[in-house]
Amino acid sequence: MSLIQKTAAELGAMVAAGEVSAVEVAEAHLDRIAEVEPKVNAFLHVDREVTLGQARAVDERLRSGERLGPLAGVPIAHKDIFTTHDMPTTAASRILEGWRPPYDATVTRRLREAGLVILGKTNLDEFAMGSSTENSAYGPTRNPWDLNKIPGGSSGGSSAAVAAYQAPLSTGTDTGGSIRQPAAVTGIVGMKPTYGGSSRYGLIAFASSLDTPGPFARNVLDAALLHEAFSGHDPLDSTSVDAPVPSVVEAARQGDVAGLRIGVVKEFGGDGYQPGVLARFNEAVALLESLGAKVVEVSCPSFVTALPAYYLIAPSECSSNLARFDAMRYGLRVGDDGTRSAEEVMALTRAAGFGPEVKRRIMLGTYALSSGYYDAYYGQAQKVRTVIAREFEAAYHQVDVLVSPTTPTTAFPIGERADDPMAMYLADLCTIPSNLAGNAAISVPCGLADEDGLPVGLQIMAPVLGDDRCYRVAAAVEKALESRWGGPLLKEAPAL
Amino acid sequence: MTTTKMSYDEALDRFEPVLGLETHVELGTASKMFCGCRTMFGAPPNTQVCPTCLALPGSLPVANAKAIESTIRIGLALNCSIAEWCRFARKNYFYPDMPKNYQISQYDEPLCFDGYLDVEVGGETVRIEIERVHLEEDTGKSTHMGGATGRIHGADYSIVDYNRAGIPLVEIVTKPIPGTDRMAPEVARAYVTELREIMRSLGVSDVRMEEGSLRCDVNVSLMPRGSSEWGTRTETKNVNSLRSVERAVRSEIERQGAILADGGRIVQETRHFHEDTGTTTSGRSKEEAQDYRYFPEPDLVPIAPDPAWVAELKAALPELPSVKRKRLQAEWGLSDLDMQAMHNADAIDLVEATVAAGAPAADARKWWMGELARRANETGTALAELPITPAHIARVTELVASGALNDKLAREVLEGVLNGEGTPDEVVDKRGLKIVNDEGELSAIIDEVLAANADAADKVRSGKIAAVGALVGGVMKASRGKADAARARVLILEKLGVSE
Repeated sequence: MSLIQKTAAELGAMVAAGEVSAVEVAEAHLDRIAEVEPKVNAFLHVDREVTLGQARAVDERLRSGERLGPLAGVPIAHKDIFTTHDMPTTAASRILEGWRPPYDATVTRRLREAGLVILGKTNLDEFAMGSSTENSAYGPTRNPWDLNKIPGGSSGGSSAAVAAYQAPLSTGTDTGGSIRQPAAVTGIVGMKPTYGGSSRYGLIAFASSLDTPGPFARNVLDAALLHEAFSGHDPLDSTSVDAPVPSVVEAARQGDVAGLRIGVVKEFGGDGYQPGVLARFNEAVALLESLGAKVVEVSCPSFVTALPAYYLIAPSECSSNLARFDAMRYGLRVGDDGTRSAEEVMALTRAAGFGPEVKRRIMLGTYALSSGYYDAYYGQAQKVRTVIAREFEAAYHQVDVLVSPTTPTTAFPIGERADDPMAMYLADLCTIPSNLAGNAAISVPCGLADEDGLPVGLQIMAPVLGDDRCYRVAAAVEKALESRWGGPLLKEAPAL
Repeated sequence: MTTTKMSYDEALDRFEPVLGLETHVELGTASKMFCGCRTMFGAPPNTQVCPTCLALPGSLPVANAKAIESTIRIGLALNCSIAEWCRFARKNYFYPDMPKNYQISQYDEPLCFDGYLDVEVGGETVRIEIERVHLEEDTGKSTHMGGATGRIHGADYSIVDYNRAGIPLVEIVTKPIPGTDRMAPEVARAYVTELREIMRSLGVSDVRMEEGSLRCDVNVSLMPRGSSEWGTRTETKNVNSLRSVERAVRSEIERQGAILADGGRIVQETRHFHEDTGTTTSGRSKEEAQDYRYFPEPDLVPIAPDPAWVAELKAALPELPSVKRKRLQAEWGLSDLDMQAMHNADAIDLVEATVAAGAPAADARKWWMGELARRANETGTALAELPITPAHIARVTELVASGALNDKLAREVLEGVLNGEGTPDEVVDKRGLKIVNDEGELSAIIDEVLAANADAADKVRSGKIAAVGALVGGVMKASRGKADAARARVLILEKLGVSE
């Protein structure tokens, strides 16, 4: 088995044992990137020399006896929304083309310190706004399972890179499902930690009260190892939770659901759900029951209002967060010919620098926050948010975790929903409630849909700081299904 | 546009003013409101900046706990209620000197609210009600280059210094202040003066209006006498001294009075005060109110001050300036008028320190409000900025009391200290300014003077004692002021064999 097929845990162990160097591991992945990138387009920036420089430094640290974590020497791809001091950071927007941040995000800094080597920056929907990665200013990323299909979004570059064996691990951000949905449609594991469990410092903001950094991996344990490596309180992020990181690695190793109470969310299913998705989901629920879990149906009626509430809160926050892109201090500058006022240069730059979906959301949010409309829109949406959080709370009195399909459908064709925002927004129907409530949720592969042979994800939701429960259930499902399948789901993916 | 003005008295014969004051105080914290950058005034442009205060993508704010504490202390000093739970809010508008294009401020949940401040004007106490005290961040500073006015209109280009961006700023807003009538300008000034002293006594800001660490926006409206419906108000900015506060109110009363008397209409707008002319000119119109799209700042957690901690802060507040003035007045036995004059001259702290250094209150007052006030006035500096300390003054009064100096010599000593010649004792030594109280030396000088002024001496001998004045004057002159005049008089009369 080649290096690129190894799990992150295996690679970390091999590097630690001196069986392979960080440089060799990085080179193998850089070669894979060079080979399949023309088909997948998962990366916005790859810089072989910078990556190998980092790998050499890790090898040096290990040689000098420095004690690094279990992922030292393991390569990683970062969603291009985390700042990196040695690589550009663009959020897939023209407005930040070529911008080189002078500082590292907390997530990237902590992972560097833990000895992970950055392979590059991955593609995304511009400023993380989208569910298909088609909103990138630098072209769409393709799903390694079917190059005509979307890899999910907004973290589609990160999901595709892991599914295409370009990287064993990657980071993403989940604001309304942007980790779980891409993980589901590419057949990998993606976790949205509890809001505040992972630092947003250095994460280019889309919607501050929702944005959550999280891990992608090809298996549950690797995701947990990555989760643990970058999580924990960060004094630079005021919304960061000052509590111990849930013991996610231990939970991923445990993978046991005997006696666990599992709630099936009644509202997520039926019309609009692809039959193949529902079939795999129902099998997964049956599987959990067979493993000793107690399964009940739970009704969360307000969850159907989550999508509209989300599309008021997220655009409102984004309309303010993206105001800083004004051509004054960094990024694109248009029309500065000495005749125009600062205001005109700002307007021309923003008109040229933002893509259509970003503009749509800025306008939605600007409207929703306007005086006279605030109470009816933003204020009302915040009330809905509170109701949803209470409904979750009530549900978690009855059960330990909730489950649902991660997405109503499998990966859809590139271009299919590009001109239909509402259809696109429905891709996040099942994932958004956890963002509004700040809860933890994971997506783990649960099979291929009969109609199209594409991956289906099982979403496991847990209360705030119950991240370990997500990993525990996901690991149990993974173990049982992989023994049924005779290996990971990804081995079913066609060769690239 | 220039408007004819109405005389102040005429305007007030017909209209009653309603005031409102919004004061911004830059807190003197070591670091900025939401990042760790320094806050030194006058540092080279853009040297006290970081990803957060430059609003680089991905950066986040972290609230300065000291600034929150200072704001609560200000609120307590202004008799406010302190919010048990409140949030920061984003105030959204685009401007190049505001890096994020939103200001982190507070909206409907201020940290402190519903307070008051009593000020004394013309022997009367006027209660100014405080609407709110809230915490926000300052913007950067734009400088408009080229063009004649230094304003953005007509400038060739602008440059921005972000050192100031993110410095903690406390905004103190009064409720509308009716009923000040002809005292309106004085009330406005007294309020800002008192506020400034409170900030100083709390030690939360250096409150230098000329450096912008205390800035005041003055709202004025007029209503016809007898009416109870307030008129349209204007907001005058760029009011950078206590005197300007007073002048800006007066100028707006005169300007608005003329417009209203002509049957005109006041435009709700921002106006700029001009130090040189003492008048205001139109700025941005507020008729189409800007929509700031306030919403709770999602990057920060709510502030929930522990009531026990607030109680501790309250208990630990320093003696407030007005209370202190009353106490000192009683201790010093000075008149209302003296105290008021000292207050207006910013001399109270100096006198207090001088008394603490050993001087009698009356003497301390006399020097600071006399010789030194004159000197400060001549050189256009504040009393506290003079190169002389309360300890110096105390030493001079001690020398006078011991008879080593008389008033004239004492003034010379002060002049020497102000000229940088050293401490009072050093000046006395260097300039040789000791009173001549060596009887032999004095006697010799008197003999010379009597010999040189035989006519005058004869007049005295013949009983015209009044003529002794000329002889004493001669002695003082001959001793270059160092003789003790009273002692000289006694000796002259003795020598001439005359008794009074």
